[in-house]
Amino acid sequence: MSVPAEKKEKVSVPFDYNKYLRPNKLPHIWCPGCGHGIVLKAMLRAIDKTGFDKNDICVISGIGCSSRTPGYVDFNTLHTLHGRALSFATGVKFANPKLKVIVVTGDGDALAIGGNHFIHTCRRNIDLTVLVFTNATYGMTGGQYSPTTPMGSQATTSRYGSIEPPFDACEMAKASGASFVARGTAYHTLELEKTIHEAIMHKGTSVVDIIDACPTYFGRANKFKSATHMMEVIEKDGTVNVKQADKLPPEKLEGKFLRGVLHKIEKPEYCEQYESIVMEKAKAK
Amino acid sequence: MADRKKKFLQGNEACVEGALYAGCMFFAGYPITPSTEVAEGLSVRLPKIGGKFIQMEDEIGGIAAAIGGSLAGLKSMTATSGPGFSLKQECLGYACLAEIPLVIVNVMRGGPSTGYPTGPSQSDIMQAKWGTHGDHPAISVTPSYVQEILSETVRAFNLAERFRTPVVVLYDEILGHMREPITMPVPGDLEIIDRMRPDCKPEDYLPYDDKYEIAPLAPFGAGYRFHVTGLNHKQDGFPTNDSKQIGANNERIMSKIENHKEEIWKNDELMLDDAEVAVFTIGSTARSARFAVLEARKAGIKAGLIRPLTIWPFPDKAVRELAKRVKAIIVPELNLGQMILEVERVSGAACEVVGINRVDGEPITPMQILDVIKKYK
Repeated sequence: MSVPAEKKEKVSVPFDYNKYLRPNKLPHIWCPGCGHGIVLKAMLRAIDKTGFDKNDICVISGIGCSSRTPGYVDFNTLHTLHGRALSFATGVKFANPKLKVIVVTGDGDALAIGGNHFIHTCRRNIDLTVLVFTNATYGMTGGQYSPTTPMGSQATTSRYGSIEPPFDACEMAKASGASFVARGTAYHTLELEKTIHEAIMHKGTSVVDIIDACPTYFGRANKFKSATHMMEVIEKDGTVNVKQADKLPPEKLEGKFLRGVLHKIEKPEYCEQYESIVMEKAKAK
Repeated sequence: MADRKKKFLQGNEACVEGALYAGCMFFAGYPITPSTEVAEGLSVRLPKIGGKFIQMEDEIGGIAAAIGGSLAGLKSMTATSGPGFSLKQECLGYACLAEIPLVIVNVMRGGPSTGYPTGPSQSDIMQAKWGTHGDHPAISVTPSYVQEILSETVRAFNLAERFRTPVVVLYDEILGHMREPITMPVPGDLEIIDRMRPDCKPEDYLPYDDKYEIAPLAPFGAGYRFHVTGLNHKQDGFPTNDSKQIGANNERIMSKIENHKEEIWKNDELMLDDAEVAVFTIGSTARSARFAVLEARKAGIKAGLIRPLTIWPFPDKAVRELAKRVKAIIVPELNLGQMILEVERVSGAACEVVGINRVDGEPITPMQILDVIKKYK
């Protein structure tokens, strides 16, 4: 189920990740088989493509495995509180709109404890890029069920199978007013890089839901054979690129997540609105 | 001061004036009675001067965005009342540990819970010190007059910037909504302190450099790419599991305030020199106490008043000295006994300590205080 564009694109020159990493802060804390490192690399390649100065980039996170990302990257970095990354990020961006702010968060961080901030950030359409590392588990605390855990799944707090319907972060972002909504996976790494790049370049709140497996907790609890098996089942076979989806019969799409850019519109951005409307009117009064 | 403008302002409006005088350029908050006039005022005034005002989706978002604004280099503030102050506590602790300057205004209303939103109280005194988890420094200023709300808000910003820490401005609903004529300060009348900025090369910058007691803080985006976390961290801002470094840093953030208590304390005293009975109180209650003390003097009772404008760190030195020379310290407060615990702790058995408490949403009257003073005739 690979995208033709992916086949054509070859990374000819090895990418120098050290340009953006803090090598003395490595190794990272992520488990073997975790997809977060793949997502981090896609993010760095996407950032490189933007050509932005490192001094102008700010990476902000909440709490959780994915939220350890800022510590490893050589930008202005802020590791905040559980669920609150988007509020801290709103403050940083609004105070200095020249900064390019990327929020790295997990599904529990963004959609459960930080759910209110998530929907209102989207509603304001403030120019932030939000990367949600969706692994359907609370990895940092040992594998409890999360707001994206599929029904019936095992977790340390759903030993009888989860009975809670999961959130779809993309549907939620779109309904809340985000002007760019996309999904990627750690499996489709080149596609993810492109999606993140497009998200960063988009003016307004851009949300990328990134499906990314946790073999240590979700994988073991739900009898996946290996990390690669998980990636194949959940990320490769469990998703369809939105461009291909049009050509497929509905039964082939059942239970699958769409990848790629799902929603992209032009919409007034919060900081610009503040400057052009609020500040102008305030000064005239 | 003849050339200074006079204004007839509400306490919350004076808080707005104080914030702007101090150089506040960022406000994020959430509507809550009885503090809303602070947000409303700043929503009008900040955009006029290029400042930023944002109404967030909740109380937590309000303080979190204000911390973000401060990290981006702007003097930042949020305002709230009891229930909102409870919600902000985790972020308040974050600002303590990450050492981010910030002013939090808490216009105290009746509690617990939703309590009595339009009634005054002084029941967040202990929350201002102990509300967030973990050992942490606390500075709270406690004005009693509308004019003082302005000047103490300025002082709160100065202390926040000077010590790289959150500072709480605590006043009760009575003061928040009371109108009084005040004199507007002009530039130069009140001291303004800005946080120390680094002048080293970016590669040499350590956001928690222990060669300083309070290290310079670079704004995000100025070329100093550093890391900030709520985890226990090293001098470079990155998390650590090294017990030596964790202990040293936790002790440093406390001692940076402890070592400068003399600079942070501010007490207003009335006829204490020969006093045999002293009243210790803050906020609107201190206004009743002042009246009671003056009445007591007319009746020939040697009464005095000590009114701390800094309640945290607690003015232990002044209270300890006072306790040695008076028969009793009376502690009126709009709660069921919070400050009195500190007064008792500090005074030991040196004098009697008597509380006057009220939690019915009404102020403590001068007569209530006078009645107790009279017992020490």
